[in-house]
Amino acid sequence: MLELKSIDAGYGTFQALFGVSLDVKAGEAVGVIGPNGAGKTTLMRVISGLIRPRAGSISMEGTDILKTPEHRIVSLGIAHVPENRRLFPRLTVEDNLKMGAFMPEARARFAERLEFVFDLFPRMKERRHQMAGTMSGGEQQMCAIGRALMSDPKLLLLDEPSAGLAPVVVQQVFELVKRIRSGGLTVLIVEQNVQQVLKVVDRAYLLEAGSIRASGSSEEMLANDSIRQAYLGV
Amino acid sequence: MNIRQLLPWIAGAALITLPFVYRDPYHLHILILILIWSFAYTSWSMMGRFGLVSLGHGGFMGVGAYVTALLWNHLGVSPWIGIPIAMVAAAVLAMIVAYPCFRFRITGHYFVLVTLALSGIVLQVITATRDYTGGSLGYTPDRTKGSQLWALQFDDKVTWYLIALGVWAAGLAIWKWVDRSMDRYALEAISEDEDAAAAAGVNVTWEKLKITVISALMTALAGALYCQYQMFISPDTVSGIAVSLQMVFAVIVGGLYVSLGPTVGAIITILLAETLRIGFGTKAVGWDNLVYGVLLVVFIIFLPKGILGSIIDRVKAARRA
Amino acid sequence: MTDIFDIYLLEAMVNGILLGGVLALLALGLNLIFGVIDVTWICYAELVMIGMYGMYYLVQYFGLSYYLAAPITIVMVAALGALLHLLVIAPLLSAPPINQLLATGGVLFVLQSFATVAFGIDFRNLGIRLPVLKFAEMHFSYSRLLAFAAALIGMTLVYFFMKKTYVGTAIRAISQDRQIMALMGVDTRRIYLITSALGGALAGLAACLLVLQYDIHPFVGLSFGPITFLIVVLGGLGNFVGGFVAAFVFAEIISLGGLFSDLEWGYVLAFAFFIVMMFIRPAGLLARRS
Repeated sequence: MLELKSIDAGYGTFQALFGVSLDVKAGEAVGVIGPNGAGKTTLMRVISGLIRPRAGSISMEGTDILKTPEHRIVSLGIAHVPENRRLFPRLTVEDNLKMGAFMPEARARFAERLEFVFDLFPRMKERRHQMAGTMSGGEQQMCAIGRALMSDPKLLLLDEPSAGLAPVVVQQVFELVKRIRSGGLTVLIVEQNVQQVLKVVDRAYLLEAGSIRASGSSEEMLANDSIRQAYLGV
Repeated sequence: MNIRQLLPWIAGAALITLPFVYRDPYHLHILILILIWSFAYTSWSMMGRFGLVSLGHGGFMGVGAYVTALLWNHLGVSPWIGIPIAMVAAAVLAMIVAYPCFRFRITGHYFVLVTLALSGIVLQVITATRDYTGGSLGYTPDRTKGSQLWALQFDDKVTWYLIALGVWAAGLAIWKWVDRSMDRYALEAISEDEDAAAAAGVNVTWEKLKITVISALMTALAGALYCQYQMFISPDTVSGIAVSLQMVFAVIVGGLYVSLGPTVGAIITILLAETLRIGFGTKAVGWDNLVYGVLLVVFIIFLPKGILGSIIDRVKAARRA
Repeated sequence: MTDIFDIYLLEAMVNGILLGGVLALLALGLNLIFGVIDVTWICYAELVMIGMYGMYYLVQYFGLSYYLAAPITIVMVAALGALLHLLVIAPLLSAPPINQLLATGGVLFVLQSFATVAFGIDFRNLGIRLPVLKFAEMHFSYSRLLAFAAALIGMTLVYFFMKKTYVGTAIRAISQDRQIMALMGVDTRRIYLITSALGGALAGLAACLLVLQYDIHPFVGLSFGPITFLIVVLGGLGNFVGGFVAAFVFAEIISLGGLFSDLEWGYVLAFAFFIVMMFIRPAGLLARRS
């Protein structure tokens, strides 16, 4: 479904990614793990077009993402839940969800998608008229995921969904990710919380200092000694 | 003493001797206008170069011109006393508006809009007090017979040329003086990052107010000189938003960060306006400003450092290479 | 004696409210553009001036009725706003904000001198004199009532556009987080263009209303441009409600000031009020105290 080939990317003179290749198949849940500053967020931004790579290629179901204008990438079926959620704090929950359905294809099915998101997050229905910025971190994360789901994506990009949340809430968020993927959605998730994420995904890549250092199924990654030492503390 | 240090003295001597060698009245007239406006534009740049973009200078110039002329006509106060009073009046006006702006960190867009309103208001006041100022029809200082030093009225262009030259040179000297002072570093720090400058112990409000008052004093002097030389002022030629914008335009054309930039801007804009005025004849009403405006927009888009600034950048780059 | 004075005072106050409607319209347009594009059009009042000439020529030369000419003028000034964005602002989007501001200052020059060249410096008027309404010994011109009503309707339409449509929601969202708009599938350049056209349309509407009360000349923008800038600064740039409230406050000051002397002194009074307000509420009229 999604294929990245030898991507180089960075900001100004700083290079964050060096020859990164990875692929995500339809129906899979794939994780990218790695320490802070490894280039995980850059990877996500390259996929959704927020920054353009210096070299390499990205395709989504055969369409060249690099030739797609950034605001049309959503229409390819890619929805990005950005790092730190990035809700519109002074818009209501419902307006935030409405923004998720901005593209013409999604507008026609707004009511249907809204019902879907409200079913998934009944809390959002209660808070639909509340300003997004006034909700708790966990609720904001739900709203951010809901906003991404409004476009009825094929591939959901989740950037550090557990960041800054209380441990109990982190559990809830990963439960949600499980439910979302059981609905058939393909998920690419970037996380520092290696323990949790490997329980949810089928496969994972280890990204360190801008390069893929290891990859394999969740079991293989959990069994990998260096990963166990560096990220799981055992 | 090398040639670089000598050059200003040679240029100065040449400029002083010029009217005694070459006496064409029209060309001298243009030179005087260039010198007076150069001084006004230099005054604006005193603030502008530190990121304090004021569109209120039309107001200061209007105060300088009208207060001087009103004191002379109504109270018989000699311009020698009237001009300092007008300058102080402009400085007080500057402080009234600038102090709250600086004290409460009104910067960027807000500062531009507040000062813009100031020059608009000064124009409104001049128009509103039409019983004294003649309103939008303009105003003429009472004439004395012949040249009179105490009335600051001279018939011959050479005297005016020398006065304008002196004031213009004084403007450049003030620029250099600011350049060498500690205030320059403080103001540069402020224009980079106000909070950081404040944290480093710079009294932001005081530094900004100081340069604003200097700038307003100079601008008012330019207005008064213009009035004394032309012997006719109208709200549109010495005050208002258009005059403020005219200053910014000339400075941007010439170059904001170089001491001679405003002068180059004045030379270019005045020669342009004169060419257009003569070229179009009486139909030229509005055409020169039309070209001005188009050029201003084009300049900001393509040459934000101005002609002189861009040339200097090129030369420096060439030297480095 | 006091009775008569009170009547005049009341009349001036009501007229102030009526003027406030048009000023609020202009403040809304400026705030909209600032909120979305982060730039202030210094030449905003000059767009109004061009619109007033548009009305004049449509009515006087082409013989259109006022109500037919008005929508044409609104569309025309909206197009002018979009053009201003495409030609001047768009190339400067990544330039320092001051450059954008000054470039619109250049456009002010261009529009004023264009009007001087194209239409001459004579004062013109529409030749439409609407009757004066007498109510309880007070006099209100219909043109002001019409202006007030139309301004309110215009603002209400903008309100519903902002609340109900996708583009309107995007306009509100864009100032809160510019970078992620692409993730929503929003083409920010298109939103900028729509906002500029909307800002232009509001200037066009204001032109249709002001042309009923003011004579048209190339510098007519100077009589309400500065006051509009003071209003948006006092209300807080980008703050719609603040601009709305400040517009009525200033309109009252101008109207009541004009009662005691010339209208120009009303402006001076408004400016003095503004300076005082800067000391009292430097962050804007409606700013929350920290």
